[in-house]
Amino acid sequence: MSSMVVAVDLKKFFGDFQALDNVSFEIEHGEVLCIIGPSGSGKSTLLRCINQLERIDSGAIWIDDELIGFRQDGDKLYQLNDAEIARQRLSSGMVFQRFNLFAHMTVLENIIEGPVIVQKRAKTAVIPEAMALLEKVGLTDKKDSYPSELSGGQQQRIAIARALAMKPKLMLFDEPTSALDPELVSDVLSVMRDLAKSGMTMVVVTHELGFAREVANRVVFMDRGKIVESGTPQEILSSPKEKRTQDFIAAVLA
Amino acid sequence: MANVDTTISIPRAKYSIAHLHHQPRRHYGRWLAASLIILALVLIVKAFAQGQIAWPVVAQFFTAPAILSGLWNTILMTICAMALGLFLGVVFAIMIMSPNPVLKYVAVFYIWFFRGTPLLLQLLLWFNLALIFPTLGIPGVFEMRTVDLMTPFMATLLGLGINQGAYTAEVVRAGILSVDNGQIEAAKVIGMTRLTMLRRIILPQAMRVIIPPVGNEVISMVKLTSVASVIGYAEILRNAQSVYYANNRVMELLIVSAIWYLVVVTILSIGQHLLEKHYAKSQGRREAKRAATAQAEGA
Repeated sequence: MSSMVVAVDLKKFFGDFQALDNVSFEIEHGEVLCIIGPSGSGKSTLLRCINQLERIDSGAIWIDDELIGFRQDGDKLYQLNDAEIARQRLSSGMVFQRFNLFAHMTVLENIIEGPVIVQKRAKTAVIPEAMALLEKVGLTDKKDSYPSELSGGQQQRIAIARALAMKPKLMLFDEPTSALDPELVSDVLSVMRDLAKSGMTMVVVTHELGFAREVANRVVFMDRGKIVESGTPQEILSSPKEKRTQDFIAAVLA
Repeated sequence: MANVDTTISIPRAKYSIAHLHHQPRRHYGRWLAASLIILALVLIVKAFAQGQIAWPVVAQFFTAPAILSGLWNTILMTICAMALGLFLGVVFAIMIMSPNPVLKYVAVFYIWFFRGTPLLLQLLLWFNLALIFPTLGIPGVFEMRTVDLMTPFMATLLGLGINQGAYTAEVVRAGILSVDNGQIEAAKVIGMTRLTMLRRIILPQAMRVIIPPVGNEVISMVKLTSVASVIGYAEILRNAQSVYYANNRVMELLIVSAIWYLVVVTILSIGQHLLEKHYAKSQGRREAKRAATAQAEGA
């Protein structure tokens, strides 16, 4: 296996509701994968299973050939403990729909929190890196602001910088522009576009079909907990084969 | 309305009073109430001034060594019991929110028991613990007589601290619940373990909700320590009693204690007011700045 992420036969239930129904997929190194689909289709759940915010009920996921969440012993998979799961989460960075910046910390403190407290790196080494990331997202002048002083678009760009400060192998985006005012979306998308160009492996759950068409290497359409169709942006967005995909894209573009 | 004369046919004379001086309404009721209250106050002050109170004795004992050492013990106990209460409050708040049913129900029981019985009764229980457990310790390793361990200080500390913990647990729980789940998920995805998350993210944010009620409870605790006079802890009220048992100046010494409680509570109230203002201000400033930023960006 040389893929960045391999997932086999994932199942996830919330009570009686089956959020993921035998989902399998692979993500290559450096690939940008966009997941689209109606709400409740399981696309956010899928993303949250990759970094163990949700625990899968069956199936298995590997990141860079490391089995995540479990340890194999004979014919059983044993669940890992809190500290081991925390360590495995470091391989992926996550950006949320609602930003989730730490409200009691300034922008700079938000970015250096993980590297300093979790990775135990020296502050003197981390701060210049954090400033470089702020430069990348165009917000160096906001380093001493608190999240509540920033617009949604600014907060989301800081959230991306915070995730990148951990030097993850892949980045997960959970509807990163859905909570933004329309005029603030483009700033966030341009940061994500630059990140994709730099070769970062990215999984993006999004409703921005324009972004998917332009940046994604592959688009996956999900519905009712299953992957209905997957292919190049051209195949999925312009000439989808499945009726459900056609209906969804028509509804979004309408 | 400027040209009233020409457009309206009502006689001009009716409006000729518009230039008259406005006279505010007289609040006779307020004057009456205030007079009666002032009269009552004067009578009360006169009664106290002429009553059988030897004010020089109040002044004399105000800084007497017994009173000052009692005051110190009151303050010491407030600090120790509050610290124990806060520590237990955090521990039990975390236990009550634990997915482990044993931890959860132990915490539920603790809160139920210590909020459901009178503090005075709890103090007496601790103080008389020797009646049921003559010795305490780990058999064979360490043992001591309960009466030696359960001094008035220890019994008061355990009684007040554990009782306070039951109340603080609810306050801390409310504080932790006020922290947005998104903050917790954000902490998880940067690889924080549960303990780090609690220390770095959850408790600092919960403090905003926890501090104002805990400030109130510190003030209550100052006065609650007086209950310990019953089991012989030498706090200010107990020492005042010891003095008046000897010299019979009951009212004078009670007044001395009352003044000291008022002094301590007033200082703490000012501190609490400043603390709350500090929180309100930093919050308000951020919101104002955010509104300005949002406007600038929208423009």
